[in-house]
Amino acid sequence: MSIKLGDTPYVERVQEGLHNDFMRQAVASAQGRFRSGKRKRAEELGNWEEWRSLGEEIRTHTLENIDYYLQQLSDQVAERGGNVYFAEIPEEANNYIRNVVKKKNGKKVAKTKSMVTEELGLNEALKKDDIDIVETDLGEWILQLDEDPPSHIVTPAIHKDKESIKRTFTEKRGYQKSDDPEELAAFAREQLRQEFLSADVGITGCNFAVAESGAITLVTNEGNAEMVTALPDTQITVMGMERLVPTWEEMEVLVSLLTRSAVGQNLTSYITAITGPRLEDEIDGPDDYHLVIVDNGRSNILGTEFQSALHCIRCAACINVCPVYRQVGGHAYGSIYPGPIGAVITPLLDGYEDHKELPYASSLCGACTEACPVKIPLHEQLIRHREIIVEREDLGSSSEKIAMQGYAQWASNPAAYKLSSKMARTALKPWTKGEKVTNGPGPLKGWTDTRDFPAPSKQSFRAWFKDRQKGGEV
Amino acid sequence: MAIKNRESFLNNLAANLGRPRRKQGVERPTWSFNPQQEVLKGFTQDDLVDVLEKQCDVIHTTFKKTDLAGLNDTLKETIENYGNSIIASNDSRNEEYGIGDLLSVMKQNNPDMEVHFWDSSKDKENQTFAERADIGLTFSDITLAESATVTLFNDKDNGRSISLLPKTYIAIIPKSTVVPRITQATEKIHKANQRGEKTPSFVSFISGPSNSADIEMNLIVGVHGPTMATYILVDDM
Repeated sequence: MSIKLGDTPYVERVQEGLHNDFMRQAVASAQGRFRSGKRKRAEELGNWEEWRSLGEEIRTHTLENIDYYLQQLSDQVAERGGNVYFAEIPEEANNYIRNVVKKKNGKKVAKTKSMVTEELGLNEALKKDDIDIVETDLGEWILQLDEDPPSHIVTPAIHKDKESIKRTFTEKRGYQKSDDPEELAAFAREQLRQEFLSADVGITGCNFAVAESGAITLVTNEGNAEMVTALPDTQITVMGMERLVPTWEEMEVLVSLLTRSAVGQNLTSYITAITGPRLEDEIDGPDDYHLVIVDNGRSNILGTEFQSALHCIRCAACINVCPVYRQVGGHAYGSIYPGPIGAVITPLLDGYEDHKELPYASSLCGACTEACPVKIPLHEQLIRHREIIVEREDLGSSSEKIAMQGYAQWASNPAAYKLSSKMARTALKPWTKGEKVTNGPGPLKGWTDTRDFPAPSKQSFRAWFKDRQKGGEV
Repeated sequence: MAIKNRESFLNNLAANLGRPRRKQGVERPTWSFNPQQEVLKGFTQDDLVDVLEKQCDVIHTTFKKTDLAGLNDTLKETIENYGNSIIASNDSRNEEYGIGDLLSVMKQNNPDMEVHFWDSSKDKENQTFAERADIGLTFSDITLAESATVTLFNDKDNGRSISLLPKTYIAIIPKSTVVPRITQATEKIHKANQRGEKTPSFVSFISGPSNSADIEMNLIVGVHGPTMATYILVDDM
């Protein structure tokens, strides 16, 4: 895998999402549960806005001084007997990791869920050497057996129902019990336990690296990261270069923001901080430790107006509030990073060419910006992407270009605005039933196939407000 | 040990930030807000224990409260409920809390009972036992009330496997170890680090049994780690 998922055109991906009833229902219900959990935890704290400000301040300071903190981190890891490798491009990271595995004569690698290794296409790279790679997060294991990409960055198999999971287990692993989630999980536990015990190398991602001491923090619920870091003799941590904090004190603030925002938990069941290889006389943990720090396009974002996108702590709060994600699901984005943050960082990391539709997969309602625990102005960055696509990159469709060029005039000129609102209503008339557009043309088709689109109002808000002030009818 | 490709990588970051490399002299600023210090502020030790107890419900963990005299019975009952084989850390507190004596008496009275204390001289044998054990038993080094979390500083006498591989997990929580939240634990680690003390190779913050919501968002308790957990709070104050 890489950042980009497959070559299916955007419109088809959206259509697939819109027609996947299970997925849409599952996503809607998950969004509701994630959001109420987050809200409850945030309310408990009372001063959530202060927490967000602190999170933003920590991220801003760290990114402004990222060269210093990465130097400190790598010094600390080396002092504890670990190896550190800086990789600018995926090939460098993959080749380094392949070499480590080869040197150990490793046959089996146990992995935890890690978005950066998905970016690298690490699994595919290791397969070239006939390495058996086992994803050990329950959701990722299901996807691996089914050869399906993740559709959410926290709950990757959210688009799968239990019947299809049972089918996968039966076909691929000879499972014979029911589709009860408890039984399915018990089967996964039994199967994966053997994998943990027989793995030669453990590979994990990294939630937050602590520069002052070289600790790598992993945030999980299942306990698989603890298995992967406790049992194999060789261990490799792969981290996106921005996933770091100055000290343990900032680590806990960001972990608190992450677990509350991601899953509505005060803390997840396991927060684990590992530092280098095992110490003298320790039995658990690796005797050979490697930290791979990955750039892969991130440095190009530094020093630009998009720098705050690197503040992301991968909690998915923006995904969980996004009305567009709710309708189309994760795969429609065609990126391993879906939702608002995906629409912001995918074009930055992988270029506009393949992802120019993503900044438009947004209603610009701003819910994402409000949900972000480190205050990334996501919807503003989406608008900037649109401007850049249209003006600088020359990639917009011609009608979009005309629309964008006219946007400033249109928005700033009440007469023009009134006229075009009216025109829209007239233009959509053939597809309008009462106050709803039921079978829209062109870009509206995907939307109105599964729901109605509100018809442009007979009266614009401004007109209504003016009338109301005059005491007119509402 | 080796650091590779660092200079060109970090020089590039500095260049993109439009300034020279910062190799030293960066100070953490004083943050404008410190809301983490306000959580459960002013709570007495007893108040914090109440918070801990309530939170245990949320994380599917059995909570028991006792004193040093009552620990023997409480622990015995919990162990009998969870199984026959137990692996415990080689903790200096074992003797003080009577853990060693209790387990050897239990073993004498029950021929099926197996007891293993973590022993660094026995290498991987420890893991093998932990893997098939019914129960893992450790003390909590720092206990976080807000999230009902036990903090373990794992080392040569307290292997990571103990709280991870067995089917169930029991934590003994001296009341004096309870603090409001993770803030106080990481502050302690940060200060030790500043004094030049070595950070443990593995710090575990554990909140109850392992779980997952990866199948249709159903909460499944007990995935890779223990499937059940009990905290025994002991009044040591």
